Amino acid sequence: MLDTPIQARPAPPTVQPAAPVMAGDAEMWMSALHGPPGVRDQALADLHALLLRAARFELARRRGQLHDLARADIDDLATQAADDALMAILGKLDTFRGTSRFTTWAYKFALLEAGVKARRRAWHGREVVLDDQTWPALPAGGRSAQQCLEDAEMLRALSDAVATSLTRHQREVFCALALNGIPIDVLAERLNTNRGALYKTLHDARRKLRLALEAAGYGRDIAAITGGGT
Amino acid sequence: MSTDDRTELFLRLLGPADPEVTCEQCFEFLDEYVDLEAAGADADRHLPGMHEHLQGCPACREDHETLRDFVHRRPA
Repeated sequence: MLDTPIQARPAPPTVQPAAPVMAGDAEMWMSALHGPPGVRDQALADLHALLLRAARFELARRRGQLHDLARADIDDLATQAADDALMAILGKLDTFRGTSRFTTWAYKFALLEAGVKARRRAWHGREVVLDDQTWPALPAGGRSAQQCLEDAEMLRALSDAVATSLTRHQREVFCALALNGIPIDVLAERLNTNRGALYKTLHDARRKLRLALEAAGYGRDIAAITGGGT
Repeated sequence: MSTDDRTELFLRLLGPADPEVTCEQCFEFLDEYVDLEAAGADADRHLPGMHEHLQGCPACREDHETLRDFVHRRPA
């Protein structure tokens, strides 16, 4: 993932790490994982079992996306996710700050690995079309004809801004992620980059589009819909 | 299109208006955020910018939802 924080935002949030008040299980796990070989081996086996359970949970949630996979293939995917998560955890063990339960910290690695693998597997062999501008329809339900017309005009202004305000790379990333719903991890794999770098590009594109909409007189409308002081 | 659908559409296109953390920061603090939620604490006050990022980044939002659901399902 990218190390560079998102630039050019009004006031970057200051995340203040909490004191380690919920360490709970952390001392036991850290002690065992740093213990003598027999103790450490057992802790690694126990941890892998927990990670495998988490990976299976995530893949079960995504069963619909993986309908073409046999049960054995899904089990393999879960095992790969647990293996990769364990490696990542061991590499970052000394960065665990104790501000959550150890198991919550560990689970996030397994769930991330399983989620990324599932998204990529679901898109395996599917073409990723960049710059395909298929704009969403705006059904009328619940809104007056006048409101629908105003929304359609705002979308048209947004479409114009996409065409005129963004660089080619920003436009491709915006269209792929925001318009066409291509999973960011899938696009990252196809473009040989990572989630953080792509999201930074999307963030910059969105910022330009907001400014363009403000210039076109839609600032208050956008602020009313998405919040903030635009 | 309901009001929620409309808001969701424009959030998907334009992202959150307020400052947000990066994907890397989101992953770093996700476990703390979820445990604070589980404890009934004000996770957004402790970790500003997380909520906004989860609004704007579908992949991180899915990661949050699945960690939250798994932890709540299997308290360790």
